[in-house]
Amino acid sequence: MAPANEEEEVRLLGKWPSPFSNRVVLALKLKGVEYKYSEENLANKSDDLLKYNPVYKKVPVLVHNGNPIAESLVILEYIDDTWTNNSFLSQDPYERALARFWSKTLDDKILPAIWNACWSDEKGREKAVEEALEALNILENEIKDKKFFGGETIGLVDIAANFIGYWVEILQEIAGLELLTVEKFPKVFKWSQEFINHPVIKEGLPPRDELFAFFKASASKK
Amino acid sequence: MATNDLKLLSTPSSPFALRVKIALNIKGLDYDNIVETMNPKSDLLLQSNPVYKKIPVLIHGDKPISESAIIVEYIDEVWKNNGTPILPSNAYDCAIARFWVAYIDDKWYNSSRNHLVAQNEESKKANFDQMEEVLLRLEDVLNKYSEGKEFFGGDKIGFLDIGFGSYLSWLRVTEKMIGKKVLDETKTPALVKWAEAFVAHPAVKGNLPEIDKLLEFAKGLVQRMAAAACPK
Repeated sequence: MAPANEEEEVRLLGKWPSPFSNRVVLALKLKGVEYKYSEENLANKSDDLLKYNPVYKKVPVLVHNGNPIAESLVILEYIDDTWTNNSFLSQDPYERALARFWSKTLDDKILPAIWNACWSDEKGREKAVEEALEALNILENEIKDKKFFGGETIGLVDIAANFIGYWVEILQEIAGLELLTVEKFPKVFKWSQEFINHPVIKEGLPPRDELFAFFKASASKK
Repeated sequence: MATNDLKLLSTPSSPFALRVKIALNIKGLDYDNIVETMNPKSDLLLQSNPVYKKIPVLIHGDKPISESAIIVEYIDEVWKNNGTPILPSNAYDCAIARFWVAYIDDKWYNSSRNHLVAQNEESKKANFDQMEEVLLRLEDVLNKYSEGKEFFGGDKIGFLDIGFGSYLSWLRVTEKMIGKKVLDETKTPALVKWAEAFVAHPAVKGNLPEIDKLLEFAKGLVQRMAAAACPK
């Protein structure tokens, strides 16, 4: 356990349904770091959010001893550098480069493709679904027979792929799509089960029924 | 054959490939520069970067690494005892540098590219305004983090210097194309001085594309995009 000492303050400004915000929750839990959490209402942004992330005004923002860091992948590396127990990045430069590459590819290519498919209208649906399946195929080829993307233990890419492990199942159900299934992507599917059943990860993910209700409500507003 | 067995797949006009060249120069590393025509893409490129099929790719022995910022970090970590450090030594300063490079690759890259290929005045202006906002923010960052020294990294060029400096040649091309300053000493004086120091740095100069050639390349690109945008 690495508790915050009296002088040390760790704060997270987040939004519970956001996978990006959740990444930071998972990382802090994996490190056993105590932190204060503030739920942000993005329709009514707090003064703190505007102060700590003036560039994007978005969550998550980690504030460590008054020093703010924004952008979830940047925050994850900062957490791994600062609290050195239970590393989620290898010391080997090539392994680190690969982990960074896959985390960035998740954000730049894979997550957007799947998100778009889940929110697509009739017109764009076919193409969006095709792209989402291509994106999942890229991951299927990458996970191979590893337990986690990080190997035997949870790594940076696993944390970054929380959306794939947990959110996709919910969003695809709401959208009436079959994107990530055991038949289509057996390896990614197997990984998702390892991920959500990991003892620390399990405690850090938001409750399924609440997450479902949240996105279902968003879907019906469209 | 380069002694470290380093190959770089690049093009002369790419700011991203330039980042890698600068990092390799800082570390004093020899490498084989393989210029890709991109049309068609070589087998080596397709094998080395199957996800994006883009340059730059650094191939170290048999290990390919893609994405310029990631390649620069790799170089800094493997050759940490060569030359000078590129990333700062403390975790918070690293986070700040990474944040700003990601910001530049989002806001500057998109607005400067969209400005170049914009088909109407409204779009051109909106993108130019975004470019100005980026420059004003970077002016603040430079004033805050350089502590009065030449570069974002202090005395030596660092991750953020390379991150933004690699776009300077294209910035000059934009200035020529619109006949107006983008980097303006009345608005961002520190950044103007920084730019002069950056392009004169030994690890940088000699690697910059010739502005006139880049201008021709840019004009060709704009023409092709305009033709593609025209209704058939």
